[in-house]
Amino acid sequence: MIAEKIVTPKLVVRNLNFYYGKDRALKDINLTIPEKMVTAFIGPSGCGKSTLLRAFNRMYQLYPKQKATGEILLDGENILDKKQDLNSLRAKIGMVFQKPTPFPMSIYDNIAFGVKLYQALNRHDMDERVEWALKKAALWAEVKDKLKQSGTGLSGGQQQRLCIARAIAVKPQVLLLDEPTSALDPISTAHIEKLIDELKEDFTIVIVTHNMQQAARVSDYTAYMYLGDLIEFGDTSTVFTNPKRKETEDYITGRFG
Amino acid sequence: MLNLYTRRRIINAAGLSISVLAMLLGLFWLCWILITLLDHGLPALAPVVFEQVTPPPGSPGGLLNAIAGSLMMTLVGTLIGTPIGILAGTYLAEFGQRGWLAPVTRFINDVLLSAPSIVIGLFVYEVYVVKVKHFSGWAGAFALSILVIPIVIRTTENMLRLVPSTLREAAAALGAPQWKVITLVTLRAARAGIITGVLLAVARISGETAPLLFTALNNQFWSKNMDQPMANLPVVIFQFAMSPYEDWQRLAWAGALLITFSVLALNIMARVIFRQSATTH
Repeated sequence: MIAEKIVTPKLVVRNLNFYYGKDRALKDINLTIPEKMVTAFIGPSGCGKSTLLRAFNRMYQLYPKQKATGEILLDGENILDKKQDLNSLRAKIGMVFQKPTPFPMSIYDNIAFGVKLYQALNRHDMDERVEWALKKAALWAEVKDKLKQSGTGLSGGQQQRLCIARAIAVKPQVLLLDEPTSALDPISTAHIEKLIDELKEDFTIVIVTHNMQQAARVSDYTAYMYLGDLIEFGDTSTVFTNPKRKETEDYITGRFG
Repeated sequence: MLNLYTRRRIINAAGLSISVLAMLLGLFWLCWILITLLDHGLPALAPVVFEQVTPPPGSPGGLLNAIAGSLMMTLVGTLIGTPIGILAGTYLAEFGQRGWLAPVTRFINDVLLSAPSIVIGLFVYEVYVVKVKHFSGWAGAFALSILVIPIVIRTTENMLRLVPSTLREAAAALGAPQWKVITLVTLRAARAGIITGVLLAVARISGETAPLLFTALNNQFWSKNMDQPMANLPVVIFQFAMSPYEDWQRLAWAGALLITFSVLALNIMARVIFRQSATTH
């Protein structure tokens, strides 16, 4: 299946090092993330997979003691460059977090929040955009009659799909998912996994997951990380069935981690 | 040697009884205060209290000027103190991670929070009343606003810190600049808590006497000019309750009842607002 698709690189990571104060959390990471596919980062807690993900939209810049060196190229442009405008970067690279994070406002306004930052749509166009995003996130049918109600009143699984809808409403190119299902029940998880499969038609998706079965189910490529090193990266079926490195095999067979 | 389980039960029963007794002891004084207040205040609480101004001893009269003065000064004090408090609290919670300014401000604010209110009154007397050479409603309102500021700063900062950082990250991840993250998301998430803090500050200043003694003083007549000395409930209560005249003492009880129940109502309102927000989040 992967062979049928033409692989174009979307994000290229070169010699990326990441520091929390003096602690080096990522060590010389080199990695290429292909366009319109799902790439999964797996590894035990503290291996740096979330740190790597949060470097892609420079989320770490909210915190004064964190810094990254090296290069991350988005379509050939270095996003770690000081001249890179953070807000326009985040318009291109959306993110969904581990815990659902609905804003304290209506479902409609939750979706419109991000769109309004970049576009001045009229009422009708905004209505259409909200509907489009909620349909893409497979939430429209459940909320179309209560768009004015608070987003915080939805169930956990619905809240997470609301957050996905909010992220894609901005029409980003890349979607970063940081353990998006770890706070959800199995049915909601299945919903989201199905959604990820549909969303890769339009978006490049990078997902961090603790759940190896999930990585195997949803991703085209898998990166295995351990203690800040990228141990192995390749297409998912190879990494899971025929890993090159012994450490990867130990982790995925459950002998370790 | 008792067995372990019986011993635990005895200790538990003893602990529980001591706590209940302590609670009853606390409640006892509170109830006594409220009953005394109702006992003396209710008979004095006639319509005339709200219709006429404070009388000379021996004549009929009410507390109209004192009620109006208290309301005006509390309102102006709150209007001055709240925006400053919310902005400063927002600075401390949202921008206060780096540098020395935030920790210093926080420390000074803590000092201000526990400063005796008479000191605040003296301060305003010295820097304002002495300069303009007369007591005034403005001076009273300024003194009250200085009491409001630290309370609102503290509650705003605390409430903003309760907003999970993931919510800030989520808004920033959409590309929202920091001022939009704060105004549209975090302040909104903390809204109920901040309103609660403002209500508690209003409750606190509506009973303050010391800062008004040096600033607004009192006024026997009806006046809505904030540039003149201004009547207010706490000082009227202080003056009337200490007087030998029985009709003045009755008015003092009525005023005390009014203040206590407004403060009670404000506190209940604060709790209701806070609880409502807790159930919807």
